[in-house]
Amino acid sequence: MGAVRRSAGLVDRHVSFVEALRAAGLSVSLAESVDAVEALGVVDWDSRDTVRDVYAATMVKRVTQRPTFEALFDLYFPRMIGGGSERLLGDDDPEARAEQGVGADGETPDGEGDDAAPARDNAEALADFREQLAAALAAGDQAELQRMAAEMVGRFGAMPGRGPGLSSWSAYTALRRVAPSELVDRITAALADGGLTDDEARRAAGRRIGGFTAAVEDDARRRIAEEKGPDHVADVALRPSLERIDFTSARRTELERMRREIHPLARRLATRLTRERHARRRGPLDVRRTLRASMSTGGVPIETHHKPRRPHRSELVVLCDVSGSVAGFAQFTLMLVFALRDQFQKVRAFTFVDQVHEVTDYFRPGADVTEVMADLAASVEHASRFGRTHYGRALTLFAREHPDAVGPKTALLVLGDARSNHSDLALPVLKDLADTARHSWWLNPEHPRHWSTGDSAADQYGALVPMVECRNLVQLSEFVHDLAL
Amino acid sequence: MPGMWFDSIDDAVTRLGGTGYLTDPATATSAFLAGRLEKPLLVEGPAGVGKTELAKAVAAATGAELVRLQCYEGLDEARALYEWNYSKQLLRIQAAREAGEGASWDETHDDIFAEEFLLSRPLLTAIRRDQPTVLLVDEVDKTDIEVEGLLLEVLSDFQVTIPELGTVTATRRPFVVLTSNASRELSEAVKRRCLYLYLDYPEADRELEIVRSRVPELDEKVARQLVELVGRLRELELKKAPSIAESVDWARTLVALEIGDLDDATVTATLGVVLKHQSDATRAVRELRLAAGTAARV
Repeated sequence: MGAVRRSAGLVDRHVSFVEALRAAGLSVSLAESVDAVEALGVVDWDSRDTVRDVYAATMVKRVTQRPTFEALFDLYFPRMIGGGSERLLGDDDPEARAEQGVGADGETPDGEGDDAAPARDNAEALADFREQLAAALAAGDQAELQRMAAEMVGRFGAMPGRGPGLSSWSAYTALRRVAPSELVDRITAALADGGLTDDEARRAAGRRIGGFTAAVEDDARRRIAEEKGPDHVADVALRPSLERIDFTSARRTELERMRREIHPLARRLATRLTRERHARRRGPLDVRRTLRASMSTGGVPIETHHKPRRPHRSELVVLCDVSGSVAGFAQFTLMLVFALRDQFQKVRAFTFVDQVHEVTDYFRPGADVTEVMADLAASVEHASRFGRTHYGRALTLFAREHPDAVGPKTALLVLGDARSNHSDLALPVLKDLADTARHSWWLNPEHPRHWSTGDSAADQYGALVPMVECRNLVQLSEFVHDLAL
Repeated sequence: MPGMWFDSIDDAVTRLGGTGYLTDPATATSAFLAGRLEKPLLVEGPAGVGKTELAKAVAAATGAELVRLQCYEGLDEARALYEWNYSKQLLRIQAAREAGEGASWDETHDDIFAEEFLLSRPLLTAIRRDQPTVLLVDEVDKTDIEVEGLLLEVLSDFQVTIPELGTVTATRRPFVVLTSNASRELSEAVKRRCLYLYLDYPEADRELEIVRSRVPELDEKVARQLVELVGRLRELELKKAPSIAESVDWARTLVALEIGDLDDATVTATLGVVLKHQSDATRAVRELRLAAGTAARV
């Protein structure tokens, strides 16, 4: 990190940017890195956006990596440095800005702090600023909002005099003090005067404030990166790309985005499965058809024909732990399995906490996703009487109440973290089920290093049923793919 | 040969815009780079956002000819690259025999493996053309891995070796656009050689421009309502969000039905144009009713 801060060269910055991308999980090859430099050579550096587009076109080859890329780009090629908006944004010379962003890294952050004028922070200034902000949001002036986001962090988000190692800028403080979300009504009114209906105005206002909040967060991150070096911030402040986020640690918005990914994912999987089955379908030689076809080539059997292999489609029984800790994971797996239901002969699903409840009927073909989710959430109370996960009881009840569910053609999937609150595990029951079923697996949403820690019975259950780590969408889709094939 | 396609990013914006294809800066940048660096451009995105249209627009804007290779499962070298015209070759041999020309094997061989008997398929056509060419490899994700290997070879060197004729090298590199719906991941090797562009649903303003330029007959107010509605539909959790192509279809429908205002009844009646799943339509109607209720109170 130190080296980067001392040498201000463009190439160094490029190389460390590429390294940060790689560290964040983007596979940027040497060839692509060279392409990027070559491409940068043929465009005018007249705007930062162009530079970003060029980098994106040459080095980011997957949509899901785009947010990661954007965040890192903002760190390594910041919009500006310090609070220096008056100086840099004022003359509107983007080239200077881009060069500053790249080259002037050597300046000390303290030096810039001075002309950012954080001193102008008092109640009056705050009220003034909110007035201006409301006006800018109502006008929807992007450049002005961008400038104000920077000003806001500089003036109201500064936390000078904190100990070494602590960042001196906080988006949280700035946002709490200025509270842009309280301006919704004013902006809505202003927009409604501009000819939008009340409803449209409210949505537009919400969008603009959301955008501004994001800009403020970005700006705080930029300032921190300036103090500590981008490498540091890249390590701590970045989320992994959507498909690699752990189910158990995902935030609410991320869960929503993941949910939207389920159907496209299922479609991709289905295409892949059809193709792969197709390739493996060649059965034994079909003599009659081969001879018949050889007529057209003068009796020489150039093309052989094969009998199709009979497809075997397994029945699937999914048994999900839906207690608080792993509910999200269960929902995703169920949705993905049911989205792919035509790849299986039959799918049945049961949820449990300490009771067992069949949920197969919620997944009507063509049913609305959000409705299914709501139904599922509501059904949790059927699966729970005491509210504490009890794997032993659930397994015993399952075997007793649904003896027809698991047969010799069934693939049994158990979903859960195997944390049974130190209760009875009913190992013989699970062994019976596993012996009856054709295949059985246990999907665990925890990292293997947490297995069998605390009250986890991963080892005991894992000895009976193969336990598979399934923490994110990538692992989940790989597993379901292998299962359906 | 610099300047063969677009002179600058702005030039790309203007000239693509001139053909009726309204770009955003990222698209224009990618198109410019693809031309300048002579690299294939891989375009991904949901169906109906104008991936194929981009290739057509580039061809129209630069006065190049469009050569299209539509990919499908089972596409092979014979359909993508070249093929010998067997029946014509057979005829040639028979004709020679009947005429009693006692031609030697070598002569016949040279004779039947000549230009005349070669059936050129899109990839070879694109490479052999002297005039500016845009090669569109459509839905490349639908092909098998083997074809991807073939593409890789052709797109990296722009040359093809035909054993009987020798190596054909492009005199003029075509502008290559590959499109993909991401129904499967393309191999890293292909991705590495391409520039990448993800086309997403456009922002409201740009979509409005697109709808207005495609369907100029539509009243501006209705167009605005339509774009706003489509934007909201995309925010819902739908199985298939409406694409630009569907917004344009919707606009055409409204023009055909001579509708001057997009009220709730009209929306419900014509929703089938943009939403193709029953559950999506039910859901949209429910959500939009809710919104319509609030609007009515104002």
